[in-house]
Amino acid sequence: MSQQTQNANQVVNEYEREPVPKSAQKGWRSFLGMYAGEHTAGTEFVIGPLFVAHGVGALDFFAGLILGNILAVLSWGLMTAPIATAKRMTLYYQLERICGYKMVSIYNVVNALMFCFLAGSMIAVSATAVGIPFNLTMPTLNTWLPTSVGWVLAVLVIGFVTTLVAINGYNQVARFANVAAPWMILIFIAAALAILPELGVTRFSEFWTVANDVIWTGIPLEGVSKFSFWHVLFFAWFCNMAMHIGMSDLTILRYAKSRKYGFLSFSGMFIGHFIAWISSGILYAAFLQSSNFSSEFAPGPIAYGAAGIAGAVCVVIAGWSTANPTIYRAGLALQGVFPKLKTWKVTAWVGAVTSLAACFPALVMKLLDFVALYGLILMPMGAVIFADFYLSPKFGITQEMALNRKLSFSNATFFTWLITLGICLGLNIGLGIDIFFLGLPGWFIAVFTFLVLSKVLYPSRKEALI
Amino acid sequence: MKMLLIVVSCIGLALSIIPAVLVFLGKIDMQTNTTLMGIGMLLWFGTSPFWINNKTDNDNAPDR
Repeated sequence: MSQQTQNANQVVNEYEREPVPKSAQKGWRSFLGMYAGEHTAGTEFVIGPLFVAHGVGALDFFAGLILGNILAVLSWGLMTAPIATAKRMTLYYQLERICGYKMVSIYNVVNALMFCFLAGSMIAVSATAVGIPFNLTMPTLNTWLPTSVGWVLAVLVIGFVTTLVAINGYNQVARFANVAAPWMILIFIAAALAILPELGVTRFSEFWTVANDVIWTGIPLEGVSKFSFWHVLFFAWFCNMAMHIGMSDLTILRYAKSRKYGFLSFSGMFIGHFIAWISSGILYAAFLQSSNFSSEFAPGPIAYGAAGIAGAVCVVIAGWSTANPTIYRAGLALQGVFPKLKTWKVTAWVGAVTSLAACFPALVMKLLDFVALYGLILMPMGAVIFADFYLSPKFGITQEMALNRKLSFSNATFFTWLITLGICLGLNIGLGIDIFFLGLPGWFIAVFTFLVLSKVLYPSRKEALI
Repeated sequence: MKMLLIVVSCIGLALSIIPAVLVFLGKIDMQTNTTLMGIGMLLWFGTSPFWINNKTDNDNAPDR
């Protein structure tokens, strides 16, 4: 670790096990910029095109995005922010007070693994841009395994550099991400605007016809499943499920001066998850037209074709600026499980796992499914926090059970997690319900199961005497 | 000096978006557009790191 970073760490108090004091709370501008930047990332270069590949119709796409994004903003504003600003604690400490530190350790390992795969997909996205001058064989929609030795080398080099930066200077990367965010948003818009004439749009009045006939045609590519309005709505709502109803953003929003700042997530939803998805979808449609519906799926060359070197650099920065903090967060999550290991060693291991995962383009091609799975797996813990905060007192259940009953492992929480995911798996396999639709019933199952198990396994002292 | 940096950054952002609008309107070709976007990128990343984070840091200062 550099001297500069060590010095910075000595003076920065992260309030990991205490509420954030008033003096450390942050203004609205931080959150507006943070949400806009964090949700305009490398994933946007993949998600927009995948909706085109899955044959979403234009009306379904726009209506689904608008409604899904509104629901996501409401989830942040009405569920996450009120708890975050009332408690002002990290997700991990809040969970520890409810479930006990051993339970949180399991959560941390699962969380870290998910972070590794997410960062891995971003490194793979960056590799598609870095590989342009080396004429690398790019993956196709059906590619799951590494395409060539050159691909593996490109991924490993990017993974190594990303990990090195995560070990040495995360603060500088965060500041660089602030710099890159406004520019990236403009590149997304500019690239799409410049490519529209190639699709036949020379006036805005022509856009809707071309959108229906050429871009979001309602016909999926060969070998790809068909998506409907409901897929778009639920994906837009739940692609950040781990963060809003999964409560990961307690850690961020505990710094908010007001609970209303949760609604500032609209900047991320309507810039990153609306404009950027539309733009990247347009770019991919133009690529499909010019390549005679090639099955190649590589954000780097697609952006380069529309915006030149700025487009390729945008893909590298978007991928890298997402992968970097994700590796850092995964390292922190594991550090909580192995406190005796040095942070840089944990981060190095996380980087190694991430780089290995990134070699497999399946992570990019199946990103929609992976993002949905990632949210679903972590969501039950958010439901537990919600139930503990709002419902436990009403049902005579002790709040923050582990803290008040001195538990290191809450069976109620553990079995809530298992039962919820078990039922969701059953709904997926048994009834064939798509993974995108499982978050909503899963949340209610988790809340109900937690309340019942808490009541049965940990009756209040008065009830126990009866 | 800071004002000059902000102006150059804004020119960089303008060069990132305005040429694309001109391509859309059929006023310039794609090659010119990508060159101007590249110049815009250099201007933005060459100047904005010197002022953009200060604004956020001020916003995060505790209430008095």
